[in-house]
Amino acid sequence: MTYVAPRHRAGIYHYDEIDRQFVRERVAQFRGQVERRLRGELSEDEFKPLRLMNGLYLQLHAYMLRIAIPYGVLSSTQLRGLARIGRRHDKGYGHFTTRQNLQYNWIGLADTPDILAELAEIDMHAIQTSGNCIRNVTTDQFAGAAPDEVVDPRVYAEILRQWSTLHPEFSFLPRKFKIAITGAPNDRAAVRVHDVGLVTKRDGDGNVGFEVYVGGGLGRSPFIAPKVRDWLPEEDLVAYLEAVLRVYNQYGRRDNIYKARIKILVHQIGVARFAEQVEAEFARIRGPFYRLDPVLVDAIRGHFAPPPFEALPAVSEAYEEARRRDAAFAAWATSSVHAHRTPGYASVTISLKPVGGVPGDITADQMDAVADLADRYGFGEIRVTHEQNLVLAHVRRNDLHALWQGLAAAGLASANAGLVTDIIACPGLDYCSLANARSIPLAQEISRRFADLDRQRAIGELKIKISGCINACGHHHVGHIGILGVDKKGEEFYQITLGGNAELAGAAIGDIAGPALTADDAVDAVEAVVNRYLDLRTPGERFIDTLARVGHGPFKEMVNAAR
Amino acid sequence: MPLVKDGRPAADTWTTLADDAPVPADGAVIVSLARWRAERAALVARTAPVGVLLPSDAPADAPGDGIAGLALIAVAFPKFRDGRGFTTARRLREEFGFTGTLRAVGDVLPDQYQFLHRCGFDEVELPAGRDAAAWIAAAGPITVAYQAALRDGGPLGLLRRRVA
Ligand code: HEM
Ligand code: SF4
Repeated sequence: MTYVAPRHRAGIYHYDEIDRQFVRERVAQFRGQVERRLRGELSEDEFKPLRLMNGLYLQLHAYMLRIAIPYGVLSSTQLRGLARIGRRHDKGYGHFTTRQNLQYNWIGLADTPDILAELAEIDMHAIQTSGNCIRNVTTDQFAGAAPDEVVDPRVYAEILRQWSTLHPEFSFLPRKFKIAITGAPNDRAAVRVHDVGLVTKRDGDGNVGFEVYVGGGLGRSPFIAPKVRDWLPEEDLVAYLEAVLRVYNQYGRRDNIYKARIKILVHQIGVARFAEQVEAEFARIRGPFYRLDPVLVDAIRGHFAPPPFEALPAVSEAYEEARRRDAAFAAWATSSVHAHRTPGYASVTISLKPVGGVPGDITADQMDAVADLADRYGFGEIRVTHEQNLVLAHVRRNDLHALWQGLAAAGLASANAGLVTDIIACPGLDYCSLANARSIPLAQEISRRFADLDRQRAIGELKIKISGCINACGHHHVGHIGILGVDKKGEEFYQITLGGNAELAGAAIGDIAGPALTADDAVDAVEAVVNRYLDLRTPGERFIDTLARVGHGPFKEMVNAAR
Repeated sequence: MPLVKDGRPAADTWTTLADDAPVPADGAVIVSLARWRAERAALVARTAPVGVLLPSDAPADAPGDGIAGLALIAVAFPKFRDGRGFTTARRLREEFGFTGTLRAVGDVLPDQYQFLHRCGFDEVELPAGRDAAAWIAAAGPITVAYQAALRDGGPLGLLRRRVA
């Protein structure tokens, strides 16, 4: 594919010289740290917190570098840069994660300062992608495009990104801290399973404010976050979060890393007392020092101005005609094309879940292809979703067929977005030193089992999420069907859960169904559960709704019988 | 032990007293929180300055209303991962208006120096065996910060400000 210059700039926060200087200084600092480590002046123990502050993990077979993609938004230039790094320093690919980040799994320590320098050239870095600090803020992949959006959450995600960057007080918290924000009533950011979840909304006069949830999380003890405030005015966003973090930093447990997340503090002292302490601190510090100036908010909002949309009819004849003509295109469009608030436009999901593939993996060549397609059809902007897929947020409906052809040529036209083979899986025992079991081969096997697209479409919306251990990086707790890797006398087993849900209304942690199974039995059990659902459902009923209506009993029977 | 103050090595003019050591007639001394509470009247009656060492689990209000009598508060960092001291320092400065010297003591990393500084610390007592100059050089400076804290060097537009 030939390079096409971006027609317009992407809706990302554009660095200026000050931001660049900051990132360059940080790279220089890390280069010094790596040199000290390589010369033996720093022990691994001393180096560990420093490398973690820069996203560098030691995995089973190599170093892994986690790149921050703020709220999952990339320009085509950045994606090409990531492709280049994948070619030069990894094995020619990258891996998108549920945290809207990118990971390189095969990195040499001595290369990392150069990689960070290359990232700095495309206005990117790896700061705070690990460590006990405020991590990458995540949001709705359809921000700025979704018809149901009330307020564009990227504006506040960017403000929080800046505010939390090398925060002097909150970089050594009891444990990691994750903030998610949505601006639409249909929560696509799973805000209630984050340490802080923000729902951006408007009051009767049009003022922006936030509903605040604190203390959600997955991992060993999953919690759905309770609401601590129904309305937080925009200007108080930073002050209130300072208060939340300050209470947590002082009183969060530090004696046991399994009890150190804010969810445990909220749970142990109770949400009422927690909220009281936060309100007291908030009342003390509220004032000009932390006030979020509306002028500043406007300046940030300017970075996310809508691209110059053309005035188009709502219905695209070309698109409708292509759907009628081309069944494969129609199948893809049904799962991948989403409504846009602007007439004549759509948002498009690019599935990174080909049958038998590794969820979230993408080759460097595919990254280049997506970047080119984004320039041609999507204002040069790409989003990463927490479901490990990509999104082009603003595509003319007239261009959808051509886009699909371009994706198909790059092997990226899987028509399974949102279907049963659109599986989330963590790295598991193939990479991760904490894993009990492999996640990726199980995801691959399930996707082969359900490869038939007609069958997938008949099944409809069904979210399978797989984690290789109780840390729940693969979100299994909130999978409609969750799968958790467990260790039984040194062998890999899988525990199935049912009925998890990450949406704002109806958020729930899945229930354990039956005994732990071998990999083969687990795949059989999933298939049996799905078949049972097809028997039991009323017309048009989703899996999760059937489960709620008939209860877990009939499905547990299937899991039990799979052993 | 060696000190780093304002980014440079400095001499320590304070003596940290064990709880059972007698209080000398003059010279600046740092005492434990327990001793400060028990012997406050005698300690402030001396003409020489007195300081207190706060353990990491002591909140910023631990010195109580006697805070005005303190010329120095040392905050302990038993492990560099234990970041409570950052909040303690900010509360001492911002909530309790403490204007004396704030010292960080214990297991701190050179890479934390700027954070300490921006939370209101004036000086760091280095872990035993550390060479102050190498320690300072190890942390290349970051000159831009993105949030309100102490010792700002001036606005740079948006949330940004100059530091260091
Ligand atoms: C291979 C290296 C990894 C390690 C060592 C690791 C480690 C952990 C640990 C220890 C937890 C539990 C935290 C707690 O409960 O306090 C956790 C949670 C989590 N991690 Fe990972 N993880 C890794 C990779 C990933 C990847 C690749 C993703 C994204 C796909 C991810 C996303 C998450 C998420 C979403 C959670 C649960 C949400 C929560 O924080 O409550 N992690 N991880
Ligand atoms: S869930 Fe467990 S196995 Fe999977 S990436 Fe997280 S820590 Fe590793």
